[in-house]
Amino acid sequence: MAEFLSMGGYASFVWTAYGTSAAALVWLAVSSRKQLKETNEAVEAARARRRGDS
Amino acid sequence: MHRFANPAQFNRLADAILPWATGAFVLLLGAGLYYAFFDSPPDYQQGESVRVMYIHVPAAWMAMFTYMVMAVASFTALVWRHPLALLAGRAAAPIGAVFTALALITGMLWGKPMWGTYWVWDGRLTSVLVLLFLYLGYMALWQAIDEEEKAGRAASILALVGVVNIPIIKFSVDWWSTLHQPASVMRLDGPTIDGSMLMPLLLMAGAYQAYFAVVFLWRMKLEINRRKLAVARQVSMHAPVGAE
Repeated sequence: MAEFLSMGGYASFVWTAYGTSAAALVWLAVSSRKQLKETNEAVEAARARRRGDS
Repeated sequence: MHRFANPAQFNRLADAILPWATGAFVLLLGAGLYYAFFDSPPDYQQGESVRVMYIHVPAAWMAMFTYMVMAVASFTALVWRHPLALLAGRAAAPIGAVFTALALITGMLWGKPMWGTYWVWDGRLTSVLVLLFLYLGYMALWQAIDEEEKAGRAASILALVGVVNIPIIKFSVDWWSTLHQPASVMRLDGPTIDGSMLMPLLLMAGAYQAYFAVVFLWRMKLEINRRKLAVARQVSMHAPVGAE
């Protein structure tokens, strides 16, 4: 296990590369998903308001 | 094509594709990471550091692929005024910017132990940095210009002008002598990389492609919502007094 984690002495480079990639891709997916949810709710609210008007 | 110009129809199509794309992403990522770490050998020159390749190369490929999506969308928006095309460009840009940044960062982390330096101002690294600035410029134009139509036109023109950078990235390693190695997969005479390393590389490339599909469809739906809200705001602004 320790040998695997050491990546033949390149641990800091390999794991930083994988960690940064995972963090950035997760951040983009989560924030896209969150904005989608927020706009979904706003569209629903606008639709409900319009129904209330007529 | 114009069938999907209808946002409701597009949303239905997106909802049909999304579960498949998500499933493909999970499977490809799992298999790709397994092969990348447990079923591929260390490189005879680069040792274990070669495992950075399995995320560096897919990020770089996707950086260029996403730019082409954005460029085709911009062209379609300018020429045919396809209603969803502008939204497709807007949806793609942040994804492309993230892929490009990751290609640069993982490249630096691979370059330091192998080349002895994080950065050189050579053709490949510089042209990919330009690609990042093109993405950021595209997004900044949308932010900077209030009027949606003008912003869309300016951003689309920038995206199209920037297409010249794509062949420069691709051929930079052949045109200028550099630390960066030339292509070893996308070659006319076939890949020169060993099968044991090609396998995890292609699986991870597939995972990145599926990730793009999922996040792009989410962002398309989100852009459609934004557009709807903008139209609704305009309608209510021009509504007769007392209509509230």
